Amino acid sequence: MLDDLDRRILRHLQPQPGIGTAALSEAAGTTPAVCSRRIARMRDRGILKGQEAVIDWHRLGYSVQVSLRFTLDKTQTNAFDIFIREARKVPEVLEIQTFLGGVDLRLAIIARDMAHYQHLYRSRILTLPHIADIEALVHVARIKDAEALPL
Amino acid sequence: MIELDETDRQILRALRTDASLSAGEIGRRLGLSQPAAWRRIRRLTENGVIAGRRLVLDREALGFGVTVFLGVKLATKGRVSLDEFERAAAAIPEVQTIEHVLGLYDYRLRVVARDLADFERILRRRIMTLPGAGNVEANVMLSEERLVGPL
Repeated sequence: MLDDLDRRILRHLQPQPGIGTAALSEAAGTTPAVCSRRIARMRDRGILKGQEAVIDWHRLGYSVQVSLRFTLDKTQTNAFDIFIREARKVPEVLEIQTFLGGVDLRLAIIARDMAHYQHLYRSRILTLPHIADIEALVHVARIKDAEALPL
Repeated sequence: MIELDETDRQILRALRTDASLSAGEIGRRLGLSQPAAWRRIRRLTENGVIAGRRLVLDREALGFGVTVFLGVKLATKGRVSLDEFERAAAAIPEVQTIEHVLGLYDYRLRVVARDLADFERILRRRIMTLPGAGNVEANVMLSEERLVGPL
């Protein structure tokens, strides 16, 4: 299990994953040697899985982001698996989530502009298998996006 | 808008899955010298294409067993400013992301909780009491995958 020191380390590492061990250990109130050991241990246990770069798609010319929420035709066996397998092949899909509730599945999709979105929607999304219903939420602004855990 | 060449795309693909890779390692993979890889990474960071890094943590191991996506409709648009809702929602530690959207809902929130009982407490005490909050729809996440995107 994690103790207070592990949590303190994660709490300081989370908002600035690029921080060096010296600064991190000082912030967490320990020595660099202990800090490195704790990080290695959390990595071995799979608690700390790694780091990923966050890409600003706006800068690359993708100005439209849409959340597409799907209800699938569950009378089809393996509808989820087949749908997800096909959705993965669409390069503009950034996230795939499945849910328990009114919505079965969500795709986060980006497009260069509305014309591009409309093209993707018709040629790549509506053609996905076993769709019963689709709702779209068009992103206007991101108010909070750190996706941090309240450690 | 920033144009990328094939080498930039390969660098972004590599950092998207592991942002802790050094310039030397990336250079070796792509057949670039360490300084050439470093210059490209610095350029991608300076022009904002790489917006930052995100720590990938095992939520369940850290005690957050439940992730819920909420669609929130404002009940009193106009009377209560959007700013007020956004400020109050952003201050809730369990709220990981807030997106202002167009469609069935006004806001999309991603919320983490220890378990369903904890989620219910957050929903009743913190979300339903947000200024202007009206209809709230909740979908409990079962699985999630992130893809590299159109690189």
